[in-house]
Formats: sequence, C-alpha cells, structure tokens
Amino acid sequence: MGEVTHDSKGQLKVLGGDLPVPAFTTKFDALLAWARKYSLFQYPFATACCGMEFFAVAGPRYDVARFGAEAPRFSPRQSDVLWVVGTISQRQGPALKRIYEQMTEPKWVVAFGTCASCGGFYDNYTTIPGVDKIVPVDVYIPGCPPRPEAVLDGLMLLMEKIQKGVHGEPVSVPPAKVLEEAQDRAKKRTGNDAPRRIEK
Amino acid sequence: MSQKVVKRLQAELGSAVTGTDDFRGDDEVFVELGSWVKAAEFLKNDPECAMDHFGDLTAVDWPEREHAGGARFDLVLYLRSAEKKTRIFLRTQVPDGKEAPTLTKVWPGANWAEREVYDMFGIRFAGHPDMRRILMYEEFEGFPLRKDYPIDRVQPLVEYRDVDDTLKLPPFGIEEGQPFGRIDWQARLEGVGEQVSPSIGVQTGERRSLSDSEIAEEQAVDLEKREAISHKTEEAGASAPSE
Amino acid sequence: MEPIEEILTEDEALELPTEPMRLNMGPSHPAMHGTIRMVLDLDGETILNVDIQPGYLHRGFEKSCERGTYAQVYPYADRLNYVSPMLNNVGFSLACEKLLGIQVPDRCAYYRVILGELSRICDHFTCNGASAMELGAFTPFLWLLKVRDWIWDILEKESGARMTHSFGRIGGMAHPPTPGFKEDVRAILPEIRKVVAEAEGLLLKNRIFLDRTQGIGKLSKERALALGVTGPMLRSTGVAYDVRKDHPYSLYDRFDFDVPVGTDGDNWDRFMVRMEEIRQSMRIIEQALEQMPDEGPINVEDPRIMLPPKREVYSTIEATIAHFKLVMEGMKPPKGRVYSMVEGGNGELGFHITSDGSGTPYRIRVRPPCWYNLQAAREMLIGDMIADIVPTFGSVNMIGGECDR
Repeated sequence: MGEVTHDSKGQLKVLGGDLPVPAFTTKFDALLAWARKYSLFQYPFATACCGMEFFAVAGPRYDVARFGAEAPRFSPRQSDVLWVVGTISQRQGPALKRIYEQMTEPKWVVAFGTCASCGGFYDNYTTIPGVDKIVPVDVYIPGCPPRPEAVLDGLMLLMEKIQKGVHGEPVSVPPAKVLEEAQDRAKKRTGNDAPRRIEK
Repeated sequence: MSQKVVKRLQAELGSAVTGTDDFRGDDEVFVELGSWVKAAEFLKNDPECAMDHFGDLTAVDWPEREHAGGARFDLVLYLRSAEKKTRIFLRTQVPDGKEAPTLTKVWPGANWAEREVYDMFGIRFAGHPDMRRILMYEEFEGFPLRKDYPIDRVQPLVEYRDVDDTLKLPPFGIEEGQPFGRIDWQARLEGVGEQVSPSIGVQTGERRSLSDSEIAEEQAVDLEKREAISHKTEEAGASAPSE
Repeated sequence: MEPIEEILTEDEALELPTEPMRLNMGPSHPAMHGTIRMVLDLDGETILNVDIQPGYLHRGFEKSCERGTYAQVYPYADRLNYVSPMLNNVGFSLACEKLLGIQVPDRCAYYRVILGELSRICDHFTCNGASAMELGAFTPFLWLLKVRDWIWDILEKESGARMTHSFGRIGGMAHPPTPGFKEDVRAILPEIRKVVAEAEGLLLKNRIFLDRTQGIGKLSKERALALGVTGPMLRSTGVAYDVRKDHPYSLYDRFDFDVPVGTDGDNWDRFMVRMEEIRQSMRIIEQALEQMPDEGPINVEDPRIMLPPKREVYSTIEATIAHFKLVMEGMKPPKGRVYSMVEGGNGELGFHITSDGSGTPYRIRVRPPCWYNLQAAREMLIGDMIADIVPTFGSVNMIGGECDR
C-alpha cells in the first residue's frame, strides 16, 4: 500500500506511487470542508451602497461564480453564508438577527464594507456600530465600499477558514497591539466605562 | 421670477405675511401659523400662482430663539408651478409643543413629509390622517434632529452581544468613530460651563469658532483649568451607566 | 378539458370567496432592495391597500452634517444616491457655491457636466437592468452592468474611487481632468450606444416583459404633481419637467437635448424614458466634450474657499496657515439659507442649506426625489396584482440611501 500522509493543514493529499488505481486519502472532515468551501450558497443581505459593489462582484468582470459562490438564496434556510452588505440601522437590527437565527449550521457571516464592520463614519443615533454587535462575524472586508478584488480576497479568506474548521486559528490575525487593545476594550466594556450612551 | 407670486400672496393675506426674503434669488414669504393653510390653498388654487407641484416640507430647529422668547421651529414649504415654472418658499414659525395644521388636504404629497417632520422634530400636525413615525422605529424616544438630541445616543432594538471572544474581535472598537467637530448643544443651551471636544477644543456656552481670538487666549491662559475640566468629564463618563 | 368559461353560464359565475389577507413583504425581501417594508392587504392576489414603510436605511445624514465642516459633508452626500454619487457631489457643490455667491470656471463646469451625465447613465442602466432582472431577465442585467464597469473605470481614473468619489469641492473639483479624459469618454460612447440597442433588442419584444410592464403601475399627471413626484417618473406621466431644462443650472442652457416624456405613466413608459435619457445624456456629453476647453483653471481662486496647492502648503507659511484654517474651521459662508437643486438620477435633488455664518452647516436638508416617488408608489400599486409589485417597485428606482438618508 502507498504511504498515507496528511498535510498539516488537512488538505487533500493525492497519492502517487505503486497504487493500482489513482486514489487519494483524506480526513472526512477535511473532505467535507473542501466540498463546502466550493459550494457556498449566499444570502445577500444587501441594504446600502456596498450592494452596488456586490452587484459588480457578481457581474461579468469579477465573476464570483469562479469560486462556486454565485448562487444567491433568498431564504436563510437554504444558505450558508450571510453577506451583510451595507449599513445596518438599529431599526434593521431585529431583521438581521432573525435571519441569522434562521440559517442552519454550519453558517458563516461576512461583514461587507466598513459600515457592516464597525459602522464607519455613521457613528450616530441610528446606526449599529458593526454587525458583530448583533451576530458573530467570520470575515471583515474593509472599504467604503470595498473594491471587488478586496471582496474576492475576503471570500478566499472565508474559504480558508472553512477548510481549517470551526476551531482553527483565525486566518488573518490583527497585529498583537490591536488585539491587546481589543481585549482592553472588552474589559472596559464589562466594567463601568461606557463609551456610548446606551439607553434601553 | 416669482416676485409676482409674492406680491399676490401679500395682497391676499395682508398682515398675515410677516416678511419676505430673496436671498440668492430664492423668493420666500414668511406667514403666520394661523394662515399657513390659507396661504397654501391660495397658492395652489389661484390661477396666477398655480403651485400644483408639491416640492418639499421641512423644519429647522432654533432652540436659541426659544430661549429668547420666540417660537422654536421654522416650517419651510417649497412649492413649484409646473405650468408657470416658478418656485416659492413659504415659511412659518411653530412653538414647541404646538400643533401645526396639516397640508395633506391641499397636496397629498405632504403626507410623508409631515410624518418625517414629526419623526425628526416632534412637531405634530393637526388633522394628519396617519401621524406615525416614519424613519425611526416606534420604540425610539426623543426627536433626533432637535439640536438637544445628542448625536451619539443610541437606543438599540436588539441587545448588543457581549463579545469576549478575542479570536473573533475586529481590529477596531465601537467608540472608534470620527469625533470631529462635535458641538455639545446641551452645554450650549444650558450654559453648563465648558465642554472639551477632541478636535475643536474648549466649547463654552456660546458657540464660538477657533478663529475667535478670545478663545485662543482663554485656551492659552486657562490650560490648567481646561485640564481639570477634561479630568472631570472623564470621571463623568466613567460613572455613566453601562447600558 | 373545456375552458371554464364555456361551462359557466352568465348568471352562475364561479365564486371563490377569499378573505382579505394581510401579508408582510420586506425589509429583507430581494425585490425590496433590503430597505423597504410593505404591509399588504390582499384580496386573493389583488392589492387592496398597502402601507409602505421606509426608514430601514436611515443613517442620520442630516444630523451628521451638523457636526463637521461643509467640506466634510461630501462623503455623506456621496452615499445618498450611491448609484450616481457624482451627481450628488455636483449638487452639493452647487448649493454651497450658491450660498457663497460664486461661480466655478467654465472648464470645471463642463467637467462636472460630463462626469454627472456619465453617472446618470450608470444610474439608469442599473435601474433598468435591475428591474429587468427582477422580472427574470438575467442576461440583460449582466449586459447592462458591464457598461457600468466601463464608466466606473473612467470615473476611477479621474477621481481615484470606483463609486464613492468625494470628488467635488466647494468652488471646483479635487483634480483637473486627466490628460486622456476626453479620448476615454469618446471611446466608450459608441460602445454604450451599442449596448443600449442590444439591451432593447433583448427586452422590447419579450412577451413576458411587455405583459408585466405595459399598463402596470399607472400614475396620472395630476396625482404625480400633487404627490411631489419628479424625475423620470414624472416625465413618464407626460409632464416635461427636467431641472436641467426648466431651471438650468451650471451650463445646461448651452446644450441641445430633448426631454423624453411618456404618456401613460406605467412601468413601460418609465423604462423607455430612462432608455431615452441615456441617449440624451450621451448627446450632452458629446457637446460638452466639444466645448470644454483643454486649458484653464478648474477651481475658483479664492484662498478663503479653496485649499492651496499641496506643494505650497509644504513650502510656504501662508499656504500652511490657509490650509490649516480651511481644514480645521472650514470655509465660512454668509448667514442665510439657500435651496439649490440639480436633476439627480431620480429627479429633483435639492440641497436646502441653512447657514449661521460659522464653518459648520446649521442645517442641511436634502430634498430626496426617491422619498416622494416612493410615496406615490402606494397609489400605483393599489388595485394591481401582488406580482406587479416587483416591476412597479423596480421602476420607481428607490435608492435607500437617498430615500431614508
């Protein structure tokens, strides 16, 4: 028998050598992840300006179909990836949360653009400062709006993340300083310090 | 071009017209609130004016005028005549808490505009068929375009997640907005001493800009005082409720 | 099987009594552009009443404007009608210039006209393409969308950004035209003409498309005016109101172009008005390219309004101070209020600026054309079938950023 090897990332390994038929071995999870990452059904929650660039990504020039992620499903029950494209206002929040809850596992969320990532320059009474305040986000794509190249890069990051599995390390880690600051912020948030006046 | 319309309106309403203006060629007529609907109906039905195209209705908040004893809001109506190709602005003053008469019976287009004015400024319209909020949600308290509504006071419908999963944290925080040129209207209106804004510097009860040489002097002289205030505001921020 | 009509006699009509049903549509419905909720009262499939609820993309534009300088409004203005941001840029510039009482040099005005008309072409292509897609015609959508990428290439070359340009300045533009600008624009115009013809060939004889647009979503002239409708939607009802013709701003009185009007005010007319406006916009662009001077200043020469050139900022103290003052305080217009309007992608886009004499706008109100157009959609929908919502709503071209601000 040929030697069975896995690559450290759990990628597929094609075996050559003296086998009678061409074959490959892999872990089941890795195979499943591989299948998943190339057949992403997306739910485009497109609300604002970024929707225009989202069209462009789906359009003929950038052609997201190359990544097997072109099929939009407008039912959350049939989709794997929730693209949050555009500003989410406080009023829109319940709808977004509801849609996320209706999606079946495994599910991923992409925050498309600055508004979805952190609210951008709409830091005012009506905008949610990033959809991660409501639903967990897997990939943040910065830009106002992001260029299609950036979107495709984000999509490939997501695919990498899917391949690594849920419990893998983050695919793109912010610099250590940023992480420390983020932890500080989280600590502060649980303490008394409230940067924003939030009223219920 | 629409001077004729202004003259006709003046002749029709008499003393109810409190003034006119034509800054940069935009003819504007100031009328009393009592003849708001009368003026609108006249503009629409008079064959010389024929303002059949509804343009826009909005409001402007003047809290300082209210402090001086006047009415708080301006209602601004913009109309156009499709046939004569003339335009005119009609303006009236509405005190806070007083209802304005609706124009929906004259132009149905005023429906959403009046709902928006109510939603943003809190001016109610008497006789409006459907006085609901339109841009904000029903649960929202206060009127965001009033000058005394702080721009960063959010009222979330969905409780924010308490994110402590650092692996999923974004490389930025919720407070990282752009704190440029914030004008603290509460401080300005109540005259509660000074307030420190990150980009403008010290703001006093009155609204003054950086070029004001007095402020520059104050800043230079009262450096210590300013530090003390910024310390105080930090403390105030720390004691604010977290949710 | 025999058709049912032949079985039934006159007096025994088949009755299938239905109870009125209330149905929610949106805000996350694909045809609602993610930002509109409609609560429908239905009798079978007929719409008895509809409550259109906008506001899901309210982003506080007007409040945000009140805290920065005038120049800091540009990025927000860009994101009003994000399908044609350059028109918003130009509109806001013109409003500020009216407030200041200045006029930009001719070269700049021509430049603005060309960029603005390119944006309008984008806007109409996107609207028509998207409404066709919502009716199932996916190919025309991709077909029309490719033009948008061509135009965006030009706009990107000029301004540096694909869609949110922030390219306008008070009293000019951020940069003069690039050397190859005229050739670039001249090169794509025949291509756009071709695509328009091809798209019309794809759609205009399609039975499904005709059935779902002709006679659907009608609006009368009088109602449209009373409801404050403007733009292609008003023109489709037969009122030839175009801000460019009726109240010419910038240099629009120098161009020869027609205002297409419809007759019925239905979806078909709106579609055709937009298609024709693309052709008229190209006519304007061609004339503007002919007339635009190749040399000359782009910006007004007033250090109180325009930023000094970067080179001088770094080398002379005067320019550094002027730059600092303009950036930190902004330009200071006189006290007063102005209303300035342009023909945006969807109609009369007006900026209503109230100034208190300081560097920060006291209040900026946008007259959003979509807002009034969407308000009129209620009347267009009542009485139609539920499936007619999609083409009717598509042809209104509701842009969330502009409608809800």
